[in-house]
Amino acid sequence: MSILELNNVHTFYGNIHALKGITINVNEGEIVTLIGSNGAGKTTTLRTIQGLLKPREGSIKLKGEEISKIPAHEVVKRGVSQSPEGRLTFPRMTVKENLEMGAFQRSDKEGIAADMEKVFGLFPRLKERISQRAGTMSGGEQQMLAMGRALMANPKVLLLDEPSMGLAPILVDLIFDIIRELHRQKTTILLVEQNARLALGVADRGYVLETGEIVLKGDAKDLLTSPEVKAAYLGERGH
Amino acid sequence: MEKALSKPSDLSFFQRFRRIFTPIAIVYLVLLFGQQAGLEPGRIIREIIDNPVIIIQQVITGLANAAIITIIAMGYTMVYGIVENINFAHSSVFMHGTFVALLTMSIFAQGATVVPLWVALFAFIPAMLYCGLLNGLVERYVYRSLRKSARIVALIAGLGTDFMLQNIGLKIGDLGLIPNIDRTATGVKFLRILGLQSASPKSFPAVQEFFAGPGVPINLLELIDKNATLRITAADVMVIATALIAVFTLNWFVRNTRSGKAMRAVAQNPAAAAMMGIDVDRIINLTYIIGGALAGAAAVMFGVYNGTTSSQIGSTTGLNSFTAAVLGGVGNLQGAALGAIFIGLLSSISDQFISSRWTTAWVFLTLVLVMIFKPTGLLGSEGGEKA
Ligand SMILES: Nc1ncnc2c1ncn2[C@@H]1O[C@H](COP(=O)(O)OP(=O)(O)O)[C@@H](O)[C@H]1O
Ligand SMILES: [Mg+2]
Repeated sequence: MSILELNNVHTFYGNIHALKGITINVNEGEIVTLIGSNGAGKTTTLRTIQGLLKPREGSIKLKGEEISKIPAHEVVKRGVSQSPEGRLTFPRMTVKENLEMGAFQRSDKEGIAADMEKVFGLFPRLKERISQRAGTMSGGEQQMLAMGRALMANPKVLLLDEPSMGLAPILVDLIFDIIRELHRQKTTILLVEQNARLALGVADRGYVLETGEIVLKGDAKDLLTSPEVKAAYLGERGH
Repeated sequence: MEKALSKPSDLSFFQRFRRIFTPIAIVYLVLLFGQQAGLEPGRIIREIIDNPVIIIQQVITGLANAAIITIIAMGYTMVYGIVENINFAHSSVFMHGTFVALLTMSIFAQGATVVPLWVALFAFIPAMLYCGLLNGLVERYVYRSLRKSARIVALIAGLGTDFMLQNIGLKIGDLGLIPNIDRTATGVKFLRILGLQSASPKSFPAVQEFFAGPGVPINLLELIDKNATLRITAADVMVIATALIAVFTLNWFVRNTRSGKAMRAVAQNPAAAAMMGIDVDRIINLTYIIGGALAGAAAVMFGVYNGTTSSQIGSTTGLNSFTAAVLGGVGNLQGAALGAIFIGLLSSISDQFISSRWTTAWVFLTLVLVMIFKPTGLLGSEGGEKA
């Protein structure tokens, strides 16, 4: 069943036409990846879904309900949260406070406490650093924190924007192991990546975005072997 | 946000020379020209030796002034911390607050020159509500639509708002009459409370509990020692206590309440805050409202402590508070208190030992020097906890 549906979404920055009518759908429990090179419009897509940017045209539906016209802080309440590009943790808050901010729109104390334990289960490192300020942590730890913080919203759809960016290979593996684990736990994920091979490796389905348009879509394993994807996104990294 | 400071080893000979020479030149110039302004070290030292109590007395006065400055400076610094905007209308909001406090106290005084303490305490309510609302309106209708424009645009709009509020303040100064609810008289009589001229200073009624007789403040130390030479008045205690309460309440608020945490989140990263489901516009507005309410509290403290106000009062008090905020590291709450203590002491010492006519100049000099040598302030905007 489709949980998130974007239909013909157009987003502008002033006069810049950043998304030119994109259509994406994400089914419950799926990992869907959105790949594309720098500047393709991946981050814009996620920001539009979250209501931080308003589409000029098109619809965004969460469980069949239109969410493109409600304010960003309401979208989180409806069940969309994200680990943003560049992590954007709160540098002068502790790990615990950052995680609590993730649950800002929730009021179920027990649920929040349980989810915090779940996050610590996924990222034991965060538990070790529970009272450390986020700004003093390494890039990998901040990525874990950004993901944990997004999970604290108990989202229906989790948006991940380039979780591997700027991380050492060993940490990238760790982050992708977590993504697989989340998949096993039936978390619905829309994963944005520049690292197409890794992303298609964990995803069920994928979309390829080029200058604001979806140019290719399909099952992840088909995309991995598709000549276009190989040439454009896997080329120089191929074995 | 992090600035890459050049390490000392990167400095050229000329830079190193300048770094050593500039402070020496400034100290020399201050001593040279300071003399004209009453900075005569020999005389000052003699005065202190002759009567050491005076300096302690000035420290007490300085701390009381610092209390008022702290509260106003926190309004500047909170707003800066969250939207990186210096709210130039803040000092006028404070000035309006003094008028609201004056009107409230005068209505209760009904022509008397003395009011009971509860009237002064009650005045906090309308002053804080009015100033909070006014500052909130300034945010909503002046700053909000300019948030994405160049910073200078918001600054100029703030200055314009400041002028506007000052002129409204001048107009309030004309409101010479309030109804006198005298039940024995027939009909409504009017009392003249704000003087005849709009621009002239207006007097606050004195707080009864603070005075032993007309114009003689009670010295709390005399209750302990009849021959006390040092003087601590109830007004001193009230302003310092109010400031402490405000500082601790605010600190508690930003650390422990949902809105306070949201304020810290917006200050640290507005984009991420929005992703957490925080209504960023509402939190920014709330910050201005709280900053305004603090200015309202400071206005009551100022009126009770100094007994006077006028539509120009915002400029000096605003300068003192703004300098305190910059000195402490704008955006930093503890820094604001630290800066305020420095400015409060500087003012009271200058008033006593140098020349009160030049006090504002010393404060300005401090502002200029901080801007040149340590624009991030004593605690820096990254050092302590922002709003
Ligand atoms: N704040 C902005 N203002 C104007 N243009 C922007 C802004 N952010 C992104 N863009 C433009 O929109 C396009 C898509 O950017 P983005 O969504 O960040 O791409 P990606 O995440 O795929 O690298 C780019 O051409 C970029 O220059
Ligand atoms: Mg991006």
